[in-house]
Amino acid sequence: MATDTQLDLWEVFIQSKSGGHHTHVGSVHASDKQMALQNARDIYTRRKEGTSIWVVPSIYFTASTTEDADMLFDPSDDKLYRHPTFYEMPEGTKQI
Amino acid sequence: MTQQEALFKYVLRLGDNALIQGHRLSEWCSKGPILEEDLALTNIALDNIGLAQALLKYAAEIEGLGKTEDDLAYKRPERQFYNNQITELPIGNFAFTIAKQLLISSFEFHLYTALSQSSDETIAGIAAKGLKEVRYHFVHSRDWCYRLGEGTELSHDKLQQAFNELWMYTGELFEMGEEDNLLISQGIAVNLQGLLTKWKETVSTVLTEATIDIPADGFMQTGSRNGIHTEHLGHLLAEMQYLQRAYPDAKW
Repeated sequence: MATDTQLDLWEVFIQSKSGGHHTHVGSVHASDKQMALQNARDIYTRRKEGTSIWVVPSIYFTASTTEDADMLFDPSDDKLYRHPTFYEMPEGTKQI
Repeated sequence: MTQQEALFKYVLRLGDNALIQGHRLSEWCSKGPILEEDLALTNIALDNIGLAQALLKYAAEIEGLGKTEDDLAYKRPERQFYNNQITELPIGNFAFTIAKQLLISSFEFHLYTALSQSSDETIAGIAAKGLKEVRYHFVHSRDWCYRLGEGTELSHDKLQQAFNELWMYTGELFEMGEEDNLLISQGIAVNLQGLLTKWKETVSTVLTEATIDIPADGFMQTGSRNGIHTEHLGHLLAEMQYLQRAYPDAKW
């Protein structure tokens, strides 16, 4: 396999408005964190998508595998009572 | 020189600097060292072209001959362009582009900071908007100077070589003509000589940090205040103006 000459990979998270959460939008190549932030800014916020950016080196991510999906997620299929739908929403609450 | 002529020439110069620098940077499109840097450089190109559009539009208004910013950009001959010669120099290698951007952004940072206080409201408004973009251009090229300067022996040498070659084009940035003196007295234009010390401090700080020697002041190129350019501007305009020259007023 040819050596990757495109620098290290970083995952990019953008907060679309102040106070909201950061959402994963994609990845960039960069040699250091400043470059990762600048590249993320240039690629993912050119159309006013963001108010804040997080970048994290991709090597620090651990992902669950598809083989484990049934073990990890199926058991919650029949546990409807874990949804907060059995409580009365306090008046005026928009989000819980 | 009348007030109108002075203001026209001054705004035209600001617009030409942005236009020619923007056009040069756009030449990196699809040729960047990596995809991300390709986008970064073309983003800076777009910032410059946007700024040029606003400034040339204002220049056309001042001229009062019913022209548009496009007329000024695409139908003026070389001798009527007033951009600093440094902007028209070919992009060269990546280190050359970065060194050139650092020298220009450092200058524009101080220029626009001062111009955002101009007594001409249109100039002040455009400068304030441009300043935000210029701050980013500065940070981008500064960080690359650190990386190349402190990278490998080869990247260091290429960056040093670029600054050595570019240095003789920096004197022109601070030249002032009749239009400057007329407009300074009214608080419209900026005394460029007053920016020289600040600019040198900004550039020296970055170069020192990047382990690059600051070139000695020697012979300085001159001419653009009178529309005299290097051999490169004519070629640039031939390409940039081709469509409007071949098919005047073509639209799509």
